[in-house]
Amino acid sequence: MSAATTPSGPVEYANVTQSKIIHILSEVLKYFILIVLAFSFFFPLYWMIISALKNDPQVYTIPPVLFPNPMFWSNFREAWLNTGFDFNMMAVNSIFRYCLPVTFGTVLMSTVVAYGFSRVKWPGRNILFYVCMGTMMMPWQVTMVPLFIIYKNLGWTNSYWPLVVPSFFGGAYFIFLLRQFMMTIPEELSDAARIDGANELGILFQIILPLMTPALTVVALFRWLGAWNDYLGPLIYLNRADLYPLALGVNMLRVAVSSTGTQANTYPYLMAVSTVIAMPILILFFFAQRTFIEGISLTGIKG
Amino acid sequence: MAANARVRISDWSREDRRSFFTGMAFISPWLLGFLGFTLIPLFLSLYYSLTRYNLIQDPVFIGLDNYIFMVTKDPRFVTVATNTLYYVALSVPISIAFAFVIANLLNTKILGRSFFRGIIYIPSIVPAICTAMVWLLLLNIQYGAINGMLQALGLKAIPFLSNPSLSKPTLVMIAAWASGGTMVVFLAALQDVPRSLYEAAIVDGANAWQRFWNVTIPMCSPVILFNMIIGLIGAFQEFTMPWLLTGGGPAASTELYSLHLYRNAFQNLRMGYASSLAWVQFIVIVVFTILLFRTSGRWVYYGGEK
Repeated sequence: MSAATTPSGPVEYANVTQSKIIHILSEVLKYFILIVLAFSFFFPLYWMIISALKNDPQVYTIPPVLFPNPMFWSNFREAWLNTGFDFNMMAVNSIFRYCLPVTFGTVLMSTVVAYGFSRVKWPGRNILFYVCMGTMMMPWQVTMVPLFIIYKNLGWTNSYWPLVVPSFFGGAYFIFLLRQFMMTIPEELSDAARIDGANELGILFQIILPLMTPALTVVALFRWLGAWNDYLGPLIYLNRADLYPLALGVNMLRVAVSSTGTQANTYPYLMAVSTVIAMPILILFFFAQRTFIEGISLTGIKG
Repeated sequence: MAANARVRISDWSREDRRSFFTGMAFISPWLLGFLGFTLIPLFLSLYYSLTRYNLIQDPVFIGLDNYIFMVTKDPRFVTVATNTLYYVALSVPISIAFAFVIANLLNTKILGRSFFRGIIYIPSIVPAICTAMVWLLLLNIQYGAINGMLQALGLKAIPFLSNPSLSKPTLVMIAAWASGGTMVVFLAALQDVPRSLYEAAIVDGANAWQRFWNVTIPMCSPVILFNMIIGLIGAFQEFTMPWLLTGGGPAASTELYSLHLYRNAFQNLRMGYASSLAWVQFIVIVVFTILLFRTSGRWVYYGGEK
């Protein structure tokens, strides 16, 4: 972008104007590309939201209706309450039976484990840490069948136990994140507390934990997101509609409407429910953009 | 491995022993979980892969029959293996190159960087079920927004999801659309490249393109490798998008390995066969990861750090 400068009167002047033009052109091109990219990345989400506000004629019109008039805000209420599926129940399932316990378990236990992998020096620590990291490379499919059989024998299928209980044993990815963060806290803080006679658990909860808020927020956010977005886990373990989380509920609605094919407002209703499910994530991102970005950046750099 | 002198517990000092038990106590939740949810199931899965097991009758040991069946008789195996390799070979490089280019674009001096970064990142955190539903609508052959616009312009509609030769590239496109997380990781890595390197390169007369090839890429190569490995593992296991979007069709063109495995386990209740499929997948992933690591010596630059 910046041209080589040759120190000689008029030639230099010509070079400068030429390089200025090139500079402006490349700036224009850059913003043009960025705006086109931003537009095409956002368009599907825009389409989801805007299609939720259409009626059937507006959906099936060619060329596509980019901005419906009138908008059918009642679609949200009708889709949520009148399509024959108990989305309120599914929201309760998603939040209270899945996201909340899983997030609590992961944050608590990953913190404890990460402490053992970073703030206590003991022989064999690094080898076990590598084993812990190695488990992240294992495909879920390889333990899927035996775990299903174990949970079935425990009578845990058609319940949230198989989805929730493992989180109380920590998650390798989150252990890694928290360990990286704990390594940055000065050792002197712990040493001072040790001299005062505090035990390790006390040090963790009274000294380290209060310093961990940013990292714990990242873990809580990502774990919540993982459970909220999870499709496969509930698909394997839950076979009763009253147990479904929202993700499975949307697909249930889609299967129901596409099999009859005669119901009005199929797509608007599907988009309305999808919008409602995506909205908390979008709002969360809007308010916690920094946390998201810092959290995801943390993974890559240290990896 | 590292400290042979410390292998025998009897050689440890009291201090060593105390800290060992403290450390083990802290990591014991993970260790128990590792045994219960990973290690034991891993060996059980190996055992089941040598049996015929439909959940109702007890497992019957049949030796390597599942593996032999897989490569000689399973009518779908070659299809799903080819589909998956095709998908991995296409989606991993495209997603990574795409994310890397965008990250570089965002790393230049621009107004509203966090706005653009946010817009590009968001698709990766929206629930897959929502994005699947909206892509179904967008790509619909008759009235989808994209084909609707093409038709309005007098062009022919593109059968994104209904043509077997277009369905996989369509999945790849959607994966690239949702690769914002990778982009953010790249952007963070780019911001860590010391400015002095670029200044030195400019002094040496390197143009923008040369700086990109000789400074940016080498300095980011560890993160590129990291993202390639994560992407590779993820792509080999891809399930949700094809499951929701196409259900494996049309003509089994998006029937990826994980879909086949899931069907065998939970639709056909062939737990033994599904386990053998899972083990083959596991080994393939490990082999590809090792291969990637072994090529990395040639192109990954670790600088002098650590």
